[in-house]
Amino acid sequence: MQRISIDPITRLEGHGKIDIFLNEEGEVANAYFQIPELRGFEVFCVGRPAEDMPNLTDRICGVCPEAHHMAASKALDALWHVEVPPAGKKLRELMYSIFFATDHTTHFYALGGPDFIVGPDAPAAERNILGVIEKVGMDVASKVLKMRHDGHYLIQMMAARRVQPNWGLPGGVSRGINEEQRKEIEKLGRDAIEFALFSLQAFRDIVLKNKAYVDLILGDIFNHHTYSMGMVDANNRTNFYDGMIRVVDPDGKEFVKYAPKDYLNVLAEHVEPWTYLKFPYLKKVGWKGLVDGKDSGVYKATPLSRLNAADSLATPKAQEAYEEFFKTLGGKPVHATLATHWARLVELLYAAERWVELATDSEITSPNYRTIPTAVPDEGVGTVEAPRGTLTHHYKTDSRGILTEVNLIVGTTNNYAPIAMSCKKAAEKLIHKGKVTEGLLNMVEMGFRAYDPCFGCATHSLPGQMPMEVRLRGPNGEVLEVLTKNLA
Amino acid sequence: MTAKPKLALYWAASCGGCEIAVLAIDEKILEVAAAFDIVLWPVAIDAKVHDIEKMADQSIDVCLFNGSIRNSEQEYMAQLLRRKSKILVAFGSCAHEGCIPGLANLAGREAIFDYVYRRSPSVDNPQGIVPQPEFEAPEGTLHIPVFYDTVKTLDQTVTVDYYVPGCPPEAENIYAIVKAVVAGLGGAPLPPAGTVLGKETTVCDECERTRNEKKIKAFKRTWEMIPNETDCLLEQGLVCCGLATRAGCGALCPKVNSPCIGCHGANAGVEDFGARMMTSLASVIDSNDPAEIRRIIQAGIPDPVGTFYRFSLPRSLLRRGALAGNGRGH
Repeated sequence: MQRISIDPITRLEGHGKIDIFLNEEGEVANAYFQIPELRGFEVFCVGRPAEDMPNLTDRICGVCPEAHHMAASKALDALWHVEVPPAGKKLRELMYSIFFATDHTTHFYALGGPDFIVGPDAPAAERNILGVIEKVGMDVASKVLKMRHDGHYLIQMMAARRVQPNWGLPGGVSRGINEEQRKEIEKLGRDAIEFALFSLQAFRDIVLKNKAYVDLILGDIFNHHTYSMGMVDANNRTNFYDGMIRVVDPDGKEFVKYAPKDYLNVLAEHVEPWTYLKFPYLKKVGWKGLVDGKDSGVYKATPLSRLNAADSLATPKAQEAYEEFFKTLGGKPVHATLATHWARLVELLYAAERWVELATDSEITSPNYRTIPTAVPDEGVGTVEAPRGTLTHHYKTDSRGILTEVNLIVGTTNNYAPIAMSCKKAAEKLIHKGKVTEGLLNMVEMGFRAYDPCFGCATHSLPGQMPMEVRLRGPNGEVLEVLTKNLA
Repeated sequence: MTAKPKLALYWAASCGGCEIAVLAIDEKILEVAAAFDIVLWPVAIDAKVHDIEKMADQSIDVCLFNGSIRNSEQEYMAQLLRRKSKILVAFGSCAHEGCIPGLANLAGREAIFDYVYRRSPSVDNPQGIVPQPEFEAPEGTLHIPVFYDTVKTLDQTVTVDYYVPGCPPEAENIYAIVKAVVAGLGGAPLPPAGTVLGKETTVCDECERTRNEKKIKAFKRTWEMIPNETDCLLEQGLVCCGLATRAGCGALCPKVNSPCIGCHGANAGVEDFGARMMTSLASVIDSNDPAEIRRIIQAGIPDPVGTFYRFSLPRSLLRRGALAGNGRGH
């Protein structure tokens, strides 16, 4: 049987690896998307004091440490049975909204955007953030750098450090904000709304007005009819910080809505011997392998799935963008994976509007941002929406609050099956009679980027320019053809 | 025209935070791109490991290497980049000291695999499958890297020229180092090999809180109290690691009322962070009786290893916890 290995270069970067096997007719028989690393946080955190978890699990992912910090802080609230005062909750959600806006900006412009802004056919050497700056000009690049800078600056102001904060505690946060800080947060939040509106307009101008791009987005290659997951508030509006987890089926109908503490009733993880990462799936539907459809428990947890799982968005301008999104793409739910980039910008606008809402909340400067726990700790689950998917932390402790068990289901991991399916589908669509097309490489890569996979959460690599080399081997292992991507 | 110096940035077992820290130098990243020919940086630009392999030894001027070494691929990359680089820098806490993921040395591979793939409450694995470095799929053999028992620092794997402290390093320090390297390549003197490129004072020296003579009777855990915003956190009874930790961050955590957790590693001259912390803690306890001091530390600090070696277990004198069974201790 012929094999095509899509390796990180020389199989030595540990970023993910794909082996595609061809049958006698040269058609795709199977594709394996492998994750080559594991770090074992769930094991070495046992024995640590639970209150260290926001700081320990920050280091699961340096791209979205705020997400782990927040999920951990919420798990500690539940563990110690302590109610966070309203100002504490609002401060957490404010910082989290700033983080979301910053992170989505990084992804759209530096990691995912180059495909669209510089162009999917541009030379690999230009398809990076420097190429984006070249293309859009320093004026726009300055807006992007300002947005990232402002976000990091405010996260540091509120939560100690721009990467790896040190702020969350059971019952609240370590420090609130004063009026002077609030004013600055509000001012930069208003800039963030303008930036989000600008980014959505840029998407309309660059992508939606280009038929080739629209065809690519709506085409079949990355279209997967899976379940969609996302956190919602009491009115079924998206919320990143708190709420119930709602899952809609491939037709958009509510399948389940559950409290984070009940995640084990809904989710299970499948193990394969050829990869270090597990495959979460919906328990009641079951693991049917890497297939989509209503009978397969595979689901997505992405900006796109969050829009699918919600009935609306809670802020006015983002709601308009939400309506335009579904109207343009033919109604709910949307299964076109590449539309995730657009969904991310809709969320960027929501995050920026929510940021200003919270920064202008009369309670936000209240000194009552923390409650000292008094109950005996035992068990707690905390869930937030990470930019890359629903993130769950589950802890058990002894009566002193020393961890005895830790379980984590992290953002990107939710999407392992859909990402693997996207790889396989791209291969099936593009490889026929043993011929590999040049387009395969970019198609596979663009499939990854839409999910914004951050395998730092389970392994260590970042999204972005995934360097690849495809080797087409004959039946005896001889290399017939070598194609490369993102190589000079 | 003289060719630009060649720069490589690489990540091994790391979280990506060091990459974000480099990007956090904002528009100055364009200066870096202008000053260097960046030959490898997987996160932001084209990576060319094949080309690195083909390069003459010592042809990369500087390699900033972040992440620790925990599997066979990362070990290979450390060896490759050492061979190809004139100056190899252990960049950030993981490469320097092992960092928080280095706490995995308290467990071993078998314990990690057993929990993650068999015992975790969400796992559904009735056949007890665990990932295999080599697996015979129906269509052919699949490979994944060998997961080692022990997390190692970069200098436990290859010789390292310099260290950059921090989890992650602060943007200001990164930029200062880049400028120093540019000057060094232009003929300015470089620091002696083995230097940690950071300040040689402690976080306490940068902290604006007031230190008194007040002595404490007991340590408290962070969830148990709300400290005031003006006095030394350690003197208020919280285990703040500022006394042993290298400066450079500007005491950011104490500014938001959180104790320093030691992410910049041991200060200059401190061989073992944990030992230094123990001495520091003893100095603020209101007692001269060694037995009472020990009792106060034990009562208030239920996890000494995780507290004193949070960022440095692989590099510490302990190196790791005892392995169950016949761990090969790579």
